[in-house]
Amino acid sequence: MKRRLTQWISTILFNIQGANFFTGKISTSPTKNICVPGLNCYSCPGAIGSCPIGALQAVAANAKFKISLYVLGIMMLYGSLMGRWICGYACPFGLVQDLLYKIKTRKFKLIKPLKYGKYFVLVYFVLLFPVLFVNNYNVGRPGFCTYICPSGTLFASFPLLLTNPSLRNALGMIFNIKVAILLFILVSSVFVYRIFCQMLCPLGAFYAPFNKIAFYQYKVDMDICVECGLCEKACQMGINPVTHPNHLDCVRCQDCIHVCPVNAIQPIKHFTKPIQLEKGDIS
Amino acid sequence: MKKNMRWILVIMSITMITFGALRGEINIVLEKAIMICFECIGLG
Repeated sequence: MKRRLTQWISTILFNIQGANFFTGKISTSPTKNICVPGLNCYSCPGAIGSCPIGALQAVAANAKFKISLYVLGIMMLYGSLMGRWICGYACPFGLVQDLLYKIKTRKFKLIKPLKYGKYFVLVYFVLLFPVLFVNNYNVGRPGFCTYICPSGTLFASFPLLLTNPSLRNALGMIFNIKVAILLFILVSSVFVYRIFCQMLCPLGAFYAPFNKIAFYQYKVDMDICVECGLCEKACQMGINPVTHPNHLDCVRCQDCIHVCPVNAIQPIKHFTKPIQLEKGDIS
Repeated sequence: MKKNMRWILVIMSITMITFGALRGEINIVLEKAIMICFECIGLG
């Protein structure tokens, strides 16, 4: 419940200029020079921040730079502080998938090899595509935004196309491909938990290694763990939290923490002082 | 070791943000973000 509330608050905060949804314009707020932590298209009419993946490609596609230190720095900072907690709590497209997964039906686990797809998407479509495929003026194009991003299709395309007839007239094959990808992801999200995050999301792929070193981490107290296996059963990502509490695929949903009967899994608290016992405290 | 690594990453991130901002990347991000991104909405 607390997680869902945080997801709604972040989604609303990242897209606070809601009136733009009715005018067909997008925000021109100067805050858009800062990237938000989650996947939130900057062409979404209400967006007041930039999508980190979009911004990374925009700078790489520019003739002057091949890699964006500014955007990578922001992403590294988010990753070092929170790791994939961002995916679980502060990603608008993650919220959409979570809501769809609540539909009661038979559920399936994603096969492991498909989980590596997101690393390919990050390297090829986000980092290499804007640099390799350039026009005569040395300007590239954002591969992920152009051909894949379902978040852009859902939060930017549809609201803008509904309110701009001139944009509707310019639609072509690429739009059809993107809508097909979006539909595939929305439908499969009902059956497979966070299928986009597990399989295709380049932002999740970037944050994944930070789970191992971020300030926000889990630890398992093996002295009190009763090895009941409830946490492994509860994990929708198919991880065993006892053996891999900081697994690359963990989005910190905390289902394992809530289901543990002995509270053996806990987030590490870095900034709390250890309790100092004095003589006479224990009788 | 891990604790040091975290702080090194934070310092590195802040350095990269500063350096990137100084070489003018912020303007490119802002220019792209305040105009409708045709790639994002599927117009190629």
